[in-house]
Amino acid sequence: MSATAAQVQRRTLPGFRLTMGFTLLYLALIVLVPLSGLFGKTKALGLGEIVTALTQPRVLAAFRLSLGAAVVAAIIDSAAGLLIAWVLVRYTFFGKRIIEALIDIPLALPTAVAGIALTTAYSENGVIGRHFAAHGIQVAFTQLGVTVALVFVGLPFAVRAVQPVLADIEIELEEAAHSLGATRGQIFRRVTFPLVLPAIVSGGAQAFARAVGEYGSVVFISGNMPMKTEIVPLLIVTKLEQYDYAGATALAATMLLLSLGMLILLHRLQGAIQVGGHP
Amino acid sequence: MKNHRFNWLTWTVLGVVALAAGVLAIVFRSDNALAGDGSLLNVSYDPTRELYQDYNSAFSKYWKGKSGQNISVRQSHGGSGKQARSVIDGLEADVVTLALAYDIQEIAERTKLLPDNWQSRLPNNSAPYTSTIVFLVRKGNPRNIKDWPDLIKPGTVVVTPSPKTSGGARWNYLAAWGWALKQNGGNEAAARDYVTKLYKNVPVLDSGARGATITFVKHGIGHVLIAWENEALLAINEMGKDNFEIVTPPVTILAEPPVAILDKNVDKHGTRAAAEEYVRYLYSEEGQDIAAKHYYRPRSTAVFAKYASRFPTVQTFTIDDVFGGWNKAQKTHFADGAIFDQIYQPK
Repeated sequence: MSATAAQVQRRTLPGFRLTMGFTLLYLALIVLVPLSGLFGKTKALGLGEIVTALTQPRVLAAFRLSLGAAVVAAIIDSAAGLLIAWVLVRYTFFGKRIIEALIDIPLALPTAVAGIALTTAYSENGVIGRHFAAHGIQVAFTQLGVTVALVFVGLPFAVRAVQPVLADIEIELEEAAHSLGATRGQIFRRVTFPLVLPAIVSGGAQAFARAVGEYGSVVFISGNMPMKTEIVPLLIVTKLEQYDYAGATALAATMLLLSLGMLILLHRLQGAIQVGGHP
Repeated sequence: MKNHRFNWLTWTVLGVVALAAGVLAIVFRSDNALAGDGSLLNVSYDPTRELYQDYNSAFSKYWKGKSGQNISVRQSHGGSGKQARSVIDGLEADVVTLALAYDIQEIAERTKLLPDNWQSRLPNNSAPYTSTIVFLVRKGNPRNIKDWPDLIKPGTVVVTPSPKTSGGARWNYLAAWGWALKQNGGNEAAARDYVTKLYKNVPVLDSGARGATITFVKHGIGHVLIAWENEALLAINEMGKDNFEIVTPPVTILAEPPVAILDKNVDKHGTRAAAEEYVRYLYSEEGQDIAAKHYYRPRSTAVFAKYASRFPTVQTFTIDDVFGGWNKAQKTHFADGAIFDQIYQPK
């Protein structure tokens, strides 16, 4: 009896010990050891110094912008991602493959290149920016510009998380709802949306995580004004430029803990939705 | 059974580690072997890319004739401070050629790869070529910018990168400060007032010099870009003389980008002779000529005379004269909470 159980277990996870060993070793070499070095360097500062470093008004303003703009960007990406994934999954049209490829460009493009391109397009005399400027809205070198850059880098995550889930939804479910007299709106609200919601949240979380750490594309479009458009990664670079390794790592470690906490929270949220949505 | 499998796992893990160590060992061995065979690594900053491409091939030829040895020079470019940190973190450069003496001083202090007196080992503060800080304005100079006071006129939009993140921007800032100080016979308060007004006219703080140039040239923002003369000349020759003009203020700072060999690394690589000659040959006529071709002001008066049309006469002051060296300037002006933070932090 127990032999069968072991056999079943082995079949579900072949070579568990070996793969687990590899996983741990790999994670240690690539992620854990380098990142624990981060905390090691912070130890050069006392707790008091860390608190002082983190509570400077300029640093707080940067944290507010980095996290705030990342949340806004993740929400925009989630909505846009759902819409784009919907179009790509449900319809066939000319040029679909090109659009598929376009979506992944933010992943492939060096972020500095993206930053310069976005700044050029959104600055006062840029192709897009001049239309905003005509209405008195400045995009580049403002917090709005920072958000635009973060929306840009997060989009692929939001689309790619939702797309396969949407594609997997059996059309029969919607047909059944339709035959029971549901309107298109009701079908979307009651059937489709709850099924893709966990994927939307997961895509949004990835977009958020990417946005929090983003540097290259933001430094160009933000204008780096203290208290207004400075992001935390820029302050980290600023500290490094003054050879203040400990101060830089204090910021970096805080950033790491904050993002980790947020990600865990979002995964939990996602789990809760999944359990609720799929009884 | 359990034990047996545990051993298997252990051996696999050990195997992977051994393999990784082996690969690393091979990589590093071949790297050192290469250095011994006549290769130098020059860790430099961004705008010198083309200068050192030319210089390296000239030096290889010269060194072959002198010593019979084939030498190839590898280049590494990036922001000056970032390059210095790479060396501090273990990039085994033979030679560093950076934008500020401060960056090389930090290498000396933090790694002991070279002695503290490194700057006195070569002529002219170890800076074989120099540059100055000038203004790049749009064609026709519509705001009629001639000198430092024109930059603080209300409504004049000035572009310069952040001195907190850019070494080049620190030269810009100190040029402005030094000029103001000289106007007022050493009055610190007046200098501070001038620089405060100047930075009030700076709407965007790019993180590096190239970013600021892009903001000014490509995005059309601002009336004037404060820049190194060699960068301004390069920008003009790349973007066309039809769009921009260079204004050289009568009094400005002498930017002295220094060079040094890293003693511990060259001894380890067995490249001391070549590395020493590499930095010394920058002072030769050929080295000076290459520097001038790439818009740096040569120290040699003979070579300078040849390129005189390119470099208008200016009265210059140095960091040591006015600020008592880089360490002091850094502490007084650019450290966290120091003068730059005080004047630029909006309420």
